[in-house]
Amino acid sequence: MLIILTALFVTALSCPLIFRALKRNGFYVVAVVPAVGFIWLLTRMPAVLSADNSLANGAPNAPPSVQMEWIPGLNIALNFRMDSLAATILLLILGVGALVLFYCARYFKNDDPQIGGFAAKMVAFAGAMTGLVTADDIIIMFIFWEITSVLSYLLIGFSQALITARRSAMNALIITTLGGLVMLAGILMLGAAAGSYQLSEILASADALVAMGTFTDVAVALIIVGAISKSALVPFHFWLPGAMAAPTPVSAYLHAAAMVKAGVYLIARLAPGFAETALWAPMTVGIGILTMLIGGYRALKQYDLKLILAFGTVSQLGFIIAVFGFGTHEAAFAALAMTLAHGLFKATLFLSVGIIDHNTGTRDIRKLTGLGRVMPILATTTGIAAASMAGVPLLFGFVAKEAVYEAALHLDTGWSLAALIGILLGAALTMAYSLRFFFGAFGVKKKKLPALQCKAPTLIFLAPLLVLSAATLFLGLYPQLVEPLAIHWSAAQGGPGKMHLLPFAGFNAALGLSAISVGLGLCFFWLRHRTDTGAPLRRMITSAEEIYRMSVNVLDKAAIWITGRTQRGSLSFYLGVILVVVLVIPLAIALTVYTPWPTNWIIADHPAQLLIGAVIIAGAVVAITAPKRFMAVLMVSVTGYGMVAIFALQGAPDLALTQLLVETIVLVSFVLALRALPKRLWVGLTKIKWGRAILAISLALMVVYIAIAMMAARTEARISLAWPDLAYYDGFGKNIVNVALVDMRVWDTFGEITVLSAAATGVASLIFAGRSFGNRVRAHHVAPGSIDAGSEAIGTKDSKETELRIARRFASSSNQDWLMAGNTLVAERRSIIFEVVTRLMFHTVLIMSVYTLLTGHNTPGGGFAGGLIAGLALTIRYLAGGRVELSESMRIAPGMLIGGGIALAGLAGIVPLLLGDGIFTTYALEFWFFGEHKFVSSTIFDIGVYLVVLGLVQDVLRSLGSEIDSLSEGRSPVDRHDEIQSSRTGVGR
Amino acid sequence: MSVNITFLVVTGVLLAAGFYLVLERTLTRVLLGIMLLGNGINLLLLTSGGRKGAAPLFNPEVPADEYSDPLPQALILTAIVITFAVTAFLLAMIYRSWTLTSADELTDDTEDIKVSQKTAYDEEEDSPVAEDTTEFVDEEGRPVREGEE
Repeated sequence: MLIILTALFVTALSCPLIFRALKRNGFYVVAVVPAVGFIWLLTRMPAVLSADNSLANGAPNAPPSVQMEWIPGLNIALNFRMDSLAATILLLILGVGALVLFYCARYFKNDDPQIGGFAAKMVAFAGAMTGLVTADDIIIMFIFWEITSVLSYLLIGFSQALITARRSAMNALIITTLGGLVMLAGILMLGAAAGSYQLSEILASADALVAMGTFTDVAVALIIVGAISKSALVPFHFWLPGAMAAPTPVSAYLHAAAMVKAGVYLIARLAPGFAETALWAPMTVGIGILTMLIGGYRALKQYDLKLILAFGTVSQLGFIIAVFGFGTHEAAFAALAMTLAHGLFKATLFLSVGIIDHNTGTRDIRKLTGLGRVMPILATTTGIAAASMAGVPLLFGFVAKEAVYEAALHLDTGWSLAALIGILLGAALTMAYSLRFFFGAFGVKKKKLPALQCKAPTLIFLAPLLVLSAATLFLGLYPQLVEPLAIHWSAAQGGPGKMHLLPFAGFNAALGLSAISVGLGLCFFWLRHRTDTGAPLRRMITSAEEIYRMSVNVLDKAAIWITGRTQRGSLSFYLGVILVVVLVIPLAIALTVYTPWPTNWIIADHPAQLLIGAVIIAGAVVAITAPKRFMAVLMVSVTGYGMVAIFALQGAPDLALTQLLVETIVLVSFVLALRALPKRLWVGLTKIKWGRAILAISLALMVVYIAIAMMAARTEARISLAWPDLAYYDGFGKNIVNVALVDMRVWDTFGEITVLSAAATGVASLIFAGRSFGNRVRAHHVAPGSIDAGSEAIGTKDSKETELRIARRFASSSNQDWLMAGNTLVAERRSIIFEVVTRLMFHTVLIMSVYTLLTGHNTPGGGFAGGLIAGLALTIRYLAGGRVELSESMRIAPGMLIGGGIALAGLAGIVPLLLGDGIFTTYALEFWFFGEHKFVSSTIFDIGVYLVVLGLVQDVLRSLGSEIDSLSEGRSPVDRHDEIQSSRTGVGR
Repeated sequence: MSVNITFLVVTGVLLAAGFYLVLERTLTRVLLGIMLLGNGINLLLLTSGGRKGAAPLFNPEVPADEYSDPLPQALILTAIVITFAVTAFLLAMIYRSWTLTSADELTDDTEDIKVSQKTAYDEEEDSPVAEDTTEFVDEEGRPVREGEE
């Protein structure tokens, strides 16, 4: 079973290759796969027929099944089971599938580039249907169900250039997935009630479920909605005629033989257990017969051959579902036979239409004339199929229909007479549209029509039709070949009965009914031109499609109205809305439900906290009202440095260290990035806007209120009580926070460094904006005193002449290189003290950063702090020596550092896996080196963090520093830095 | 647990100032607001860890509940570094926006405004189309036939 399923999907995947090599003859190759599956299925028939369908999977003599675990936690398993129902439908899927694929080889043009993908979808579809009917797990069935919807969408929309195809595909998708969603709700309800998602188990406990009453009624009704939407019953029927925009082989396969049978299959599957539920009969029998009549009537009004068939299919699907809906064993028997018969004749008819369209260029019966003479073989095979559809004796369709009448006559419910009459009328309409189809296609029209220029189809093109028609003929004469399958399945519904499929059952009531329907049908056909009494009726019927259109339109309008009101384009407005929601909902909940309130208050843990708090508050308030931009920035920094003090006093040395370093680097970045922005942009911003202020204050109060309640609500001891021991004995480190970052919560940290790398990439992309990141600039390629000319002069007009002169002398002296690229700067920009101090400090700071990194496991520090310290060292070099100095001091590109860091961190995770341990397992290696030392493997991860952080800082300096320097070079600092007027002449000008 | 009033007041002020600034249209002020919010929330996390304790450096003599809570500390450490990355990113954005528009302002999104003024009519869904009675036509509707058969 699984081999067939897998083979179909693998074939689908390899289609592009096959078709590149063989062009359209590739269809012959892929047709082999379902054909082989078909033969395999025939060999399995004895096992299927000898099994007892009521047994659970795995029991001896249960139907063949495959079971695999998939998601045991959700009770979902890859269970497949082939009982007689699945096998019967599968015969159609694989048999018709093989023939349709075979047919495609002559239907499409050889040079059509799309056929590879087309074949892939067709074969994948066969696979999905195979999975659908054999799945025993109803969730798995649902997954395949949805796959068929998606493939149907893709196949209907095959002619992407045509608006009809796109629109029909979308309609079909919306309707079938809508039905699918409704069905999913039903499936989940039923599965939850049954305590199992295995169809066989759900059906085994059906009696208990039905006894639950309304719950099960609703669940089953929801599932039926899915089934009738898939099988195109009223009121969902209109998607199927629309789906005729698909290439005809698709219509023959998906929309006649296979996909629309999924709904039939599901009804058949559930009928043995749930036919007694309250909504079953009205939704299957009632809607089914209504659909049969509407479809049959609409078919009589069509001129497009394909649409006649499409409405005919709608009608027949209604018919079959109604019969399965009867719920008796005779009905199950007859309906299964009817399903097979329908698959055979409808596929033939569609393929025939395909040939007519292919060879004549039209499907309009008002244009076709005399085709019967040009294509006698086609006319004969099509005639057999149409006669089978109409219910002409000795053909399989007739045999099946007789069995249906027999079943309907034996019904003993209140509505049985109505059902019988409905079916009779439906059959008469079927007769009539069969005639309309056949004579429309092949007859000679009274009105003189221009003779069609066309050739007869080749035999190989016809071959699939011949096979299908032969089957219709053969099974009509020897129906006992498929009888065992139908009998075996009907046994599930209270059989075994005495039903038989017979080519001629004698002169009985069923035969009389057949005669009546044939006679009526001939009348309908004869009367077809007379009157259009059905016009009001037709208006009523088309309204289903109109209601759909209208509801889609209403949805569109509502969506646009809401979008127009809410998405006004202003980010501040959006943020305001979000914040109001954030304010109102938690506050409403907090105020309406009980909120605990703490009993134990303290003013502060330490008197100094009061002072620090006051400083932070002052900083925050002044940041809002500061008249100058840099003052505001500095005030925010004040709050940051205040946080450093709070962390230090509260017993959080790591935080204090990290915040201190970050605050410093942020301040430098701010100055670098915002130096270009003119002062005037800050004017008028400090006026207090009271609306915003009230919202902001309310939000802050709400957060604090909830925080207080949260702290008061605490009942358990904190989770981190176990951390000290975990850190020391399992993580081999004394610094609990650091061990948490690189070991206990290492995934968080890994996620974080990837975010850092994304941010670094973003910074570089925004600043370089399409310009090349460039090669590294070397100091000896740059003319001395050329960098930063005119932009950031230390000495302005008021600066003393002597000062400048000393600076110039220092700058031009070649033997006092404190920095590698110090002399590339213009004299005004240089500072001897800064250069000397930088020279003295740089290496010390670097060594300190490595020390902080390596000892971070036991003392405050670690990768973050170490990386930031190293970044500060770079910052000093850049500030002292300019951008050439930066590129000289760090010869590795930031991308390399960041990528290398992430790779190293990842390696620290993967290597333990290779050693057979869990991911990110930590090892400790003890060694002696002037004392006992421990090397802990999570340090490698920390080195990765160090590199990423260093890379980030380097990227910030290079982007916000160097690149902005070179963009603003030669201009006043507040000029626009447009690329357009930029006159960069490159280095060394 | 005992609640530190000073911390709560400071948190409140930082958050109020932060929310106020992020609601502005000037990008630089939005960024400052985000930084203040970051500090405020970090302080809130720290407050939720309880009273001050020993620095979380393992010492076998110290019982586990005498350390200051390391869990919020790990969270805050991550938050500090992420805020740095976000700040750098926003700074780059401010600079970029300045080079493009010579302004430090959020402007309304013209695409959004266009969407809000759209009508319900959609070419793809609502335009009337003629029905085809054959697949074998080219884009202009002329019949195409295969030569070889």
